[in-house]
Amino acid sequence: MTESSDAFVEFERVQKSYDGETLVVKDLNLNIGKGEFLTMLGPSGSGKTTCLMMLAGFETATHGDIRLDGKPINSVPPHKRGIGMVFQNYALFPHMTVAENLAFPLEVRKMGKADIEAKVKRALDMVQMGAFGGRRPAQLSGGQQQRVAVARALVFDPELVLMDEPLGALDKQLREQMQFEIKHIHEELGVTVVYVTHDQSEALTMSDRIAVFNDGKIQQLAPPPTLYEKPDNSFVAQFIGENNTLDATVDSVDGRFARVRFNDGTLSRALAVNCGGPGSQTRLSLRPERVEFDANVEPDEEGVTGLVKELIYLGDHIRVRMEVLGNRDFVVKVPNGAEVSELRVGETAGLTWRAEDCRALDAA
Amino acid sequence: MALQPYASPVQRVWYYSFRVICGLILFFLIFPIMVIIPLSFNALPYFTFTPGMLAFEASAYSTEHYRDFFTNSDWQSAMWNSLSIAPAATLVSVSLGTLAAIGLSSGKAPFRGAIMAILISPMIVPLIISAAGMYFFYSRVGLQGTWFGVVLAHAALGTPFVIITVTATLVGFDRSLTRAAANMGAGPVRTFFKVQMPLILPGVISGGLFAFITSFDEVVVVLFLGSAGQKTLPWQMFTGLREQISPTILAVATLLVTLSIILLATLEILRRRSERLRGMSPG
Repeated sequence: MTESSDAFVEFERVQKSYDGETLVVKDLNLNIGKGEFLTMLGPSGSGKTTCLMMLAGFETATHGDIRLDGKPINSVPPHKRGIGMVFQNYALFPHMTVAENLAFPLEVRKMGKADIEAKVKRALDMVQMGAFGGRRPAQLSGGQQQRVAVARALVFDPELVLMDEPLGALDKQLREQMQFEIKHIHEELGVTVVYVTHDQSEALTMSDRIAVFNDGKIQQLAPPPTLYEKPDNSFVAQFIGENNTLDATVDSVDGRFARVRFNDGTLSRALAVNCGGPGSQTRLSLRPERVEFDANVEPDEEGVTGLVKELIYLGDHIRVRMEVLGNRDFVVKVPNGAEVSELRVGETAGLTWRAEDCRALDAA
Repeated sequence: MALQPYASPVQRVWYYSFRVICGLILFFLIFPIMVIIPLSFNALPYFTFTPGMLAFEASAYSTEHYRDFFTNSDWQSAMWNSLSIAPAATLVSVSLGTLAAIGLSSGKAPFRGAIMAILISPMIVPLIISAAGMYFFYSRVGLQGTWFGVVLAHAALGTPFVIITVTATLVGFDRSLTRAAANMGAGPVRTFFKVQMPLILPGVISGGLFAFITSFDEVVVVLFLGSAGQKTLPWQMFTGLREQISPTILAVATLLVTLSIILLATLEILRRRSERLRGMSPG
């Protein structure tokens, strides 16, 4: 985590409640460094958009402080914060041309006409929309409107830009292209970006760090690889990427590892990440690509046996859906090779993994 | 909807009778208005078609009643009274109605329903009751018999139209636009005039037109509240009907119908423009 001394945006013990009873955001602490691309990722209703709106000034925090560049902004109205924002539906002014849309924040700042023209042109060129200045938003495609919205959020050189699910309305191919472009613009300008999305692949591709939200709390704040490889709890493991879960009881904890007992009594070993002491329930998390077939599973080793339910051929790899210890959706990804031909639907097969890849998390 | 080839005899009969019924309804609505127009060119001071008119004799037609309207001082002062009261009342209605609609649509307004009901009530309460109430109230505060009193009363009658049309336009207004404007540094006043106003303008203008027509057509309230100095066109027409039976009324009616048609055409043009702008809003 970035140290608070060089944090550009700080949330300190921020709480938000709309009705005075239920907290939408619970005790949020978050420091965002200058020039960082931070994504708030979470399912809808997890409080991520509320956090963004509090930062933009459209919602006020019920408790706690939000600081921008060291200064508290709780009592600063939105129009004095100088933060750029890309809205979910772009919010382009339909009665203005693209160029007028971009000139709007500059006119508000009482800039000279020549300056405005130069800045508008530069911003439009940056998103490859230089030829569209005279058009109205309705005459543009969704992707083009999106580019204009990005240009408009950046045209007045804000140091912080907020993006609220800006790519949600685009088709998959365009979305991937725009992810790439936004990332490049971010790198080029060195602007701080706070990005909200519920799309985990979008978050993984673009971010320096991701804050995974659920239930009004940050579940984990980490760079994308850490989040995928080392989830702190069951929610993150389940939300980011594909995940297999197995429920077990902790038998004993021995340093970094825990000995766990499955319902059928077999013992196994897992990395003790977030499980309780002996006797407590735990949920094991295993990525599908970290599990291997092994004909001879030794008891008391890392391994189980399961029933092969379905084989899905995907060219370079095969997805094997299995029933393992009551979990009917246990998925194993196997590279296409000789060992696949030995698998038959309806037969049992042994599975093993390295203890480091099996993370014992909270029972959720 | 064309008649389908598989239509049953009953459907065929209904298909044609439906058209006849619609035609009759439209005829009954429009004919009484249309018949006024030729009658207003009557050379004689009658309210009926003379034999000469029916024979299309040029001498049976004249523009005398129009000349009377434009030269008679009673009619002229009535016209100028209407032309000063209606725009002033419209201005008050539009300003207050638009602000009220925006405030009530913001979602933060307490007692929305109750406030809306009170503001709309002049439209629902029988006019004669409003007028009587206003008479007693305005007399107390010294507004009875003044130009300003009539303007205020007409503004109260016109405001509901503005509130209703502007509220309807605001339903289609994307609130993230005002947020976007604020985000880019525009204060509330600039946001209102540069972003919100241009987009809800069609609603504001059509509300304004209704408010204008309300004031321009209004006779009951002005009879109660006005003094001789505030005699408006409808009042003068009312007196004309009762006291002198002059076909000048027909000329005035024709002029008012023409004005109404022009205003309605404006309304339609604005509605189309608004539709175009709505289509423009993304998403």
